Amino acid sequence: MATPLAYDLEVVETRRRWPEALRDFGRRRPLGAIGAVVIVFMLLVAGLAPVISPYDPVAIDFGAMLARPSSAHWLGTDSFGRDVLSRLVHGSRTALLVGFGASILGAAIGAILGVGSAYFGGRVDLYVQRVMDIFLAFPLIILALALVAILGNSIPNLIMAITVPMIPRCALVIRASALSIREMAYVDAARAAGFGHARIVLRHMLPNVMAPFLIMLTAFVGQAILLESSLSFLGLGVQEPTPAWGLMLSGAAVEFAERAPWMAIFPGLAISLAVFAFNLFGDSLRDALDPRLRTQ
Amino acid sequence: MTDNGALLEVRNLVKHFHVGGGLFGGAPGVVRAVDGVSFAIRRGETLGLVGESGCGKTTTGRCILQLERPTSGEIVFDGQNLTKLDDAGLRRVRRRMQVIFQDPYSSLNPRMTIGQILAEPLVVHGLVPDRAAREARVGELLRHVGLLPQHAHRYPHELSGGQRQRVGIARALAMEPALIVCDEPVSALDVSIQAQIVNLLEDLQRQFGLTYLFVAHDLSVVRHISDRVAVMYLGKIVEIAGRQALYEDPLHPYTRALLSAVPIPDPDVEARRVHVVLGGEVPSPLNPPAGCVFHPRCPIAVDRCRSEVPVLREVKPGHWAACLLA
Repeated sequence: MATPLAYDLEVVETRRRWPEALRDFGRRRPLGAIGAVVIVFMLLVAGLAPVISPYDPVAIDFGAMLARPSSAHWLGTDSFGRDVLSRLVHGSRTALLVGFGASILGAAIGAILGVGSAYFGGRVDLYVQRVMDIFLAFPLIILALALVAILGNSIPNLIMAITVPMIPRCALVIRASALSIREMAYVDAARAAGFGHARIVLRHMLPNVMAPFLIMLTAFVGQAILLESSLSFLGLGVQEPTPAWGLMLSGAAVEFAERAPWMAIFPGLAISLAVFAFNLFGDSLRDALDPRLRTQ
Repeated sequence: MTDNGALLEVRNLVKHFHVGGGLFGGAPGVVRAVDGVSFAIRRGETLGLVGESGCGKTTTGRCILQLERPTSGEIVFDGQNLTKLDDAGLRRVRRRMQVIFQDPYSSLNPRMTIGQILAEPLVVHGLVPDRAAREARVGELLRHVGLLPQHAHRYPHELSGGQRQRVGIARALAMEPALIVCDEPVSALDVSIQAQIVNLLEDLQRQFGLTYLFVAHDLSVVRHISDRVAVMYLGKIVEIAGRQALYEDPLHPYTRALLSAVPIPDPDVEARRVHVVLGGEVPSPLNPPAGCVFHPRCPIAVDRCRSEVPVLREVKPGHWAACLLA
């Protein structure tokens, strides 16, 4: 037995702690931090919606139709006299549910397909990639529209319809980084040790593509929110009277845009802000997680 | 070359890679990475496999481990023909046949602690089902390679190159293998660390009765550790002999040229020595020369070498060379 080496005894502390990493992120990526703050704010609003919204979002009040923003209705009311602020607050639940649901599902399925495709290579890779190419050939919104038309429009179906176009986009990116992981000697070592395919893909390859995965995930949430709003705007997403931002923009809002602009402006702002926040956060996350872009 | 004490026998191993020939891939071609290699390794022996970059020595090692499926040929390990085994059978054999890689940085999964890396094979193969016993076994493995049980809690990026290579060796030992394929295990390390690792490998061989296939391009390291040495050129073995015989009385002109390129740490000797310097480049394995693959660069080639393919034959007892003129 060889004698232990003396220099091995000192303990090197190189792993950064969470609060420190967060402070670092805030200092180096102020825009990303703003995005993160907006996201946290949205999550709080969605979580506390019944507590903080001043009115019932579906309560119709014919006495206050198209009311201007005032102390009673901060952001005004719509053509049915429903409080715009309350509907915005409750709409954030729909937006986040569909946004996170679709992007987590889409990114997860995409990641497994991407890593599997890269690991098995050859024919499996060829077929998986061609199927992905077929899906990529359709524009995001067209594919989602077609799926909603087939499935019918309930919230689970809406999530499904937005998930499907996300899958190939994630699979493509994850496959690219999994291909380089596949060439790593530790994957060969795992194969030489006689480990099963599932273990190699899930334990050895998937954890090493977490960085691009998280980046895709945050970018997808923004896109999914936008897609949900678009579908709802087109009447193929969430149905009345459920509060949803895209729905608030459609229908009567178009008709009353001149007389009651607040009906359109505030949900529009909410959508923009949400998508903007997720994109900013995603971009900064990419920069922070990519060691090649990390400033010393 | 059949030997009854052989742990591993490679017969006529061929590995061809197909390149190009896709839709836009250009002209199709075949890279003859390994082209008819045969050798045997006895139990407890170390066979050194040397040759320059791209000669197929690493591919040979990968074929033996079945990381690449050979195009043709047989690999008989402990009486079992690996090329005929199915996945499940192969998995059982893999326990007894391990590998140490060249690059200590890419050979350890950065997301797992050293302890997890070493415990994983024990769990998968059900070698040590008990958790506490497994921890003890990991500690023992770390001690075998000169590290401490405390290292089990570290991540690979917290260790130096030499320490990581020790972890790689411990991982290979975890399954109590009979054969370890060492794929340039010291090439990526500092010279001072190289010596430590080579000595460690020798100690472990004595302790556990291991058999090594030691792939390397450093002739002095190979001389130090090997019992027998095989020299590869362009996918073929050109000479194979006992260490002493090969280094002191090389029969193949390529081996002579290789040995003459090793510097001797004595300026007087170095000044008086005659160097054999080869002209030209290694031909492409896409289109190897006819006849003896070495003839375009061989200083003693004759007409016959252009047309006749030399077979590996026993020129002296235990000393095989693939040269028409040897």
